[in-house]
Amino acid sequence: MINTSATNENTEAMESAAVQGRSLWDDARGRLFRNRAAVTSMGVIAFLILCVIVLPWVWPHSHETIYRDLVWISPTFENLHIFGTDAQGRDLFARTLVGLRMSLFVAAAATSVSLVIGVAWGATAGFIGGRVDQAMMRFVDIMYSLPFIFFVIILMVVFGRNIILIFLAIGAVEWLTMARIVRGQTIALKGMEFVEAAEAAGVSRFAIIRRHIVPNVLGPVVVYVTLTIPVVILAESFLSFLGLGVQEPDTSLGRLIAAGAQDMEVAPWTLIVPGLTMMLTLFCFNFIGDGLRDAIDPKDR
Amino acid sequence: MLGYIARRIVVAIPTILVIITVAFFMMRAAPGGPFDLERPMPEEVRQNVLAHFGLDRPLHEQYVDYLANLVQGDLGPSLKFRDKTVSDIISEGFPVSATIGGLSILLALFLGSLLGAIAALRQNKAGDFAVMGFAMAGITIPPFVMGPVLALVFGLYLGLVPTGGLDPRYGMTAERLILPVVTLALPQIAIISRLMRASMVEVLRSNYIRTAYAKGLAAPVVIFRHALRAAVLPLVSYLGPASAALVTGSIVIEQVFQLPGIGRQFVTAALQRDYTVVMGVVILYASLIITLNLIADLLYATLNPKVKFEK
Repeated sequence: MINTSATNENTEAMESAAVQGRSLWDDARGRLFRNRAAVTSMGVIAFLILCVIVLPWVWPHSHETIYRDLVWISPTFENLHIFGTDAQGRDLFARTLVGLRMSLFVAAAATSVSLVIGVAWGATAGFIGGRVDQAMMRFVDIMYSLPFIFFVIILMVVFGRNIILIFLAIGAVEWLTMARIVRGQTIALKGMEFVEAAEAAGVSRFAIIRRHIVPNVLGPVVVYVTLTIPVVILAESFLSFLGLGVQEPDTSLGRLIAAGAQDMEVAPWTLIVPGLTMMLTLFCFNFIGDGLRDAIDPKDR
Repeated sequence: MLGYIARRIVVAIPTILVIITVAFFMMRAAPGGPFDLERPMPEEVRQNVLAHFGLDRPLHEQYVDYLANLVQGDLGPSLKFRDKTVSDIISEGFPVSATIGGLSILLALFLGSLLGAIAALRQNKAGDFAVMGFAMAGITIPPFVMGPVLALVFGLYLGLVPTGGLDPRYGMTAERLILPVVTLALPQIAIISRLMRASMVEVLRSNYIRTAYAKGLAAPVVIFRHALRAAVLPLVSYLGPASAALVTGSIVIEQVFQLPGIGRQFVTAALQRDYTVVMGVVILYASLIITLNLIADLLYATLNPKVKFEK
């Protein structure tokens, strides 16, 4: 009993001492904030998220209102149709906002699904090791060689087109790489001297996981999550473009682009506006992802 | 090496079997069937049609039958197109998809490695930033935006190429293929140039390149004979994933440019519940991806003296 409490005190003392020093994360943050492209991108994304949450409430036009006399109005400040209207006479600015909101929402949800499956799968395989590890990773290998998009398409056809299924399906496709990254990292960490040292110093298992394993796995995971988001946005709009994704009256950037592509000869802005919005979003996420990778894993520079 | 190939094929067979099984039962779980038309046919007729295709029997019997036919190379008749077998439909669409996919990967490999090498040689100079900016754009602009925009600019505004897709009457002429091929290749050019730049930068820093320069070899000789050879290796291992990406991409490209390819047939067939066509296309693409992955791995091992066929 006395021993345990002494160990606990020790641990706490060590932890509070460690907090004083410059942690891995302080260094990483410093490097990240020196990266101008990444900082700008973070600002843009934060601004877009704010717009998407606030503006649909205050904008004079709803994304569903149909102005019968105002079909294919080119961008104008008259009546505040600043991005024009679409084939049904709906305000394109409002539709782009709602579409972007849907795309971001699907991205967040699908990425979370892939994060949960990938981390659980990879960490289990890496931690247990041996035969279990081999079987689990062989499964991942097999999954890699499947033409996944076909299964997603069949899934959407089979179960109808609802939003929950979209992000479950996309998340179920994207977890494989995450599992590989987490497994590799876990195996590498298990054998590290500082983990052994912590064990020898009597740090509890939970504390080792919290102080040493999680932060070190977290780096690559955070980077990969940021890079998964644009992939998911693309996947969702790919499905919507084929008419298999989000359904009316909901909309997403992919649906808007699909509609715009049909009308581009008479109303090019119906393609250009959602297209540019999507590019801007993807650009920013890619810059943030690259910036984070350089910040957290500086050896690649 | 033969042993290695044999083992890979042995692994591939159960993989394909899993794919077939999952696709088969997933399609059948879908609500509605191929003969549920908007104007329903009399129930008696429907039953006769179902019986004709054997769709009225228990599912597991149909599954066993399907596998038995498949082993003999018979993909069955299309349920939607009368008088056409699945093989007919695939042999109509596949040449179109394969031409576009094949040309795209060649274009992507050539331009991607060229741009990547240039960027690496001009590291952190204007040329490098231009190439990498282009690559970022190529990755972030989705093909279904790029396709319509290119068609709008080159087809409609400049009138350089015909719009309106591939017409079977004209066949696959160069001016009708160029936009689909470029659109499909662009993201791959971007990814390949980034890979190439990274690997070339590393190679250029290595000791044997310094040695080559030190013994007085001219820069072109060093670059072409020593650096490029080593730098293209990572590209070879990317060929597997690239082929899968092209398959996915071609579905969109065929939709955008209205090409009568296999990806478009797949989407239509899935929506119409044409079970046999869906299965045929899935099997074709799965085997294709597995084969291309195997070829890429073999090529990599052949080119890279450090890799040996173990285990």
